[in-house]
Amino acid sequence: MTRWGMAIDLDRCTGCEACVVACAAENNIQTVGEEQAREGRAMHWLRIERYYEGEFPNVRTRFMPVLCQQCGAAPCEPVCPVYATYRNPEGLNAMVYSRCIGTRFCANNCPYTVRVFNWFDAEFPAPLDSQLNPDVSVRPGGVMEKCTFCVQRIQAGKDEAAQEDREVADGDIRTACQQSCPTKAITFGDLEDPDSEVSKWAESPRAFSLLGDLDTRPGVVYLSGSEWREPAE
Amino acid sequence: MTAESQPSAAALDGQLLGRLDRRRPGLLVGSLASGALALVFIYCWGYQIANGIGVTGINRPVFWGFYIINFVFWIGISHAGTLISAILRVTKAEWRRPVTRSAEAITLFALAIGGLFPLIHLGRVAIFYYMIPYPNSRMLWPNFRSPLVWDIAAITTYIIGSALYLFLPLIPDAAVMRDRAAAGLKKRFYAVLALGWRGTAQQWHSLEWGIRILAVVIIPVAVSVHTIVSWDFAMTQTPGWKSTIFGPYFVVGAIFSGIAVLMIAMALLRRGLSLERFLTDRVFNNLGLLFVTMSLVWGYFTFAEHLTVWYSGDLFEKNVHHVLLHGDFAVPFWTMVVVNLVIPVAVLSFPRGRRPLPTALVGCGVLVGMWLERFLIVVPALSTPRLAYSIGDYMPSWVELGIMIGAVGVFACLYFTFTQLLPIVSVWEMREGWRHAGSGGESGQPSEAAPTSAAASPVPGGGAA
Repeated sequence: MTRWGMAIDLDRCTGCEACVVACAAENNIQTVGEEQAREGRAMHWLRIERYYEGEFPNVRTRFMPVLCQQCGAAPCEPVCPVYATYRNPEGLNAMVYSRCIGTRFCANNCPYTVRVFNWFDAEFPAPLDSQLNPDVSVRPGGVMEKCTFCVQRIQAGKDEAAQEDREVADGDIRTACQQSCPTKAITFGDLEDPDSEVSKWAESPRAFSLLGDLDTRPGVVYLSGSEWREPAE
Repeated sequence: MTAESQPSAAALDGQLLGRLDRRRPGLLVGSLASGALALVFIYCWGYQIANGIGVTGINRPVFWGFYIINFVFWIGISHAGTLISAILRVTKAEWRRPVTRSAEAITLFALAIGGLFPLIHLGRVAIFYYMIPYPNSRMLWPNFRSPLVWDIAAITTYIIGSALYLFLPLIPDAAVMRDRAAAGLKKRFYAVLALGWRGTAQQWHSLEWGIRILAVVIIPVAVSVHTIVSWDFAMTQTPGWKSTIFGPYFVVGAIFSGIAVLMIAMALLRRGLSLERFLTDRVFNNLGLLFVTMSLVWGYFTFAEHLTVWYSGDLFEKNVHHVLLHGDFAVPFWTMVVVNLVIPVAVLSFPRGRRPLPTALVGCGVLVGMWLERFLIVVPALSTPRLAYSIGDYMPSWVELGIMIGAVGVFACLYFTFTQLLPIVSVWEMREGWRHAGSGGESGQPSEAAPTSAAASPVPGGGAA
């Protein structure tokens, strides 16, 4: 059985936000514009949280990429009245856009506040429409969305392996954020496979889960050597 | 009691129904004015459907705003009727007689509006029926683990129950209206409502049993409805929401705000329809006592809720608690405490404060306070999420304000219209009260006709058997 997971090495992250841009391009995330963003409606599936330490002029910034943690015990799932968000057999916390009626209950119950909502219908004025990813649906207004772990890439990787009559190998499937990270701070793979890179990262003494004491059993593991990290699960 | 001091059935009917027959321009103006306000409601909702839910002020992290606040508020108000009138009926409180009808009408109309708000709030209202369990070609059921699905079940049950509970005691009165109306559309309207009522012994027997059963059954339904509304919040793991006290806290708050509306409505009806002989000072005194009791119970729950949160020292809970008591939301919070607890206790503890005007004014304050309470439950918890990076704020848009104010118009319009069409004081129940009074019990009769011995009867409802 597969359990897709991600590990993010915070000590490598420079906060360049290349992952944020790659994610938006890969997943057809709508750009809401200045005014809407000011109202708190920017739709990034992945965001870089910045935390400042120390007093001026000795200030240090810490970066924390936060995305859907693909929880093993996801608080968003039981509260959805229509099963628009559910747990798939490979450990993904999946969204069925066509089923979503927009109660936004899931977003309220997400401890990581990573769910984003389509407040209006998406607009991709030409020529932006020609750069849409054909493997990803464009979501209508009134629908919740969030990081999918690039489920279309997972599917493509599995298809390719099936065509070549082999198992999916570690490293075959790379998410958009992982691919674009210049410092290689992100790795992705099967947490059930003890030899995968992500499993090895997850066993590092630097590993911890975000808000681990909630026991949401995230599929995302963070690595950090500094004192601000939370203890591992 | 002498025969002269007891008005005959016909005279009583005449007194009560005469109020109805007389044209009251005030009521008509009220209907039209509130109807205009109802148009605002329709326009704003239409505008939102046409342009998308983004025309509201809600955002990330405050995904729920005025619509959910108003949903809880109106469902709370709906507890005016059914619950209060059912409790008074079951305990055979004689002074309930002039109150029940107006309270039950509040319930039904408030519930109809409250039930609309979760739909207004949806991102895609056109497919709201995905939440309803119905056989469909996709073989999909709603998620019965979701408190929102429980909501649908509870509110639907409550609407049906309250409609029946309003309608059953209305049948004999509709029959009286039918018999008094001249042939024509009006007569046919009342004839339909009267369901062929002839007033036979068998019919009375069935009616009384029906009301008795409904009055008992509706109490757990009403309690469950507001408990389930509270679970929309309490079942989450959101700091400021996950609380075991929310169920009873919401039920108490609902009854509290329900009585507030009832106080206002009764003071207005008494004035507007000159019902001083029926809605006596004694009725206001008794309801005022119930009102101040609920104020104290509400205060106790609020104290218990905040003390336990503060004492726990939980970091995330304390963040929410801090913005409530000392931070951005301190002004609405302390306003709420003043209008919900300090003023009601200060005014209603004294007999002079339990007269129509002061109770109605206190009721207005409590309505504001209970609305603020719902605001303070929804917004601070959401705007203070665990990860500090996402902290946000919320400002409603004109669409949300328009729908909120328009909803008051819809309610008032329905209520004014109801008052003009049907007796807002139950005629046959008043008549029954008089009969019981004649046999030596307590009653809701006009004070000037009350023999001292009967009014001072120590056994409440002793004559109702």
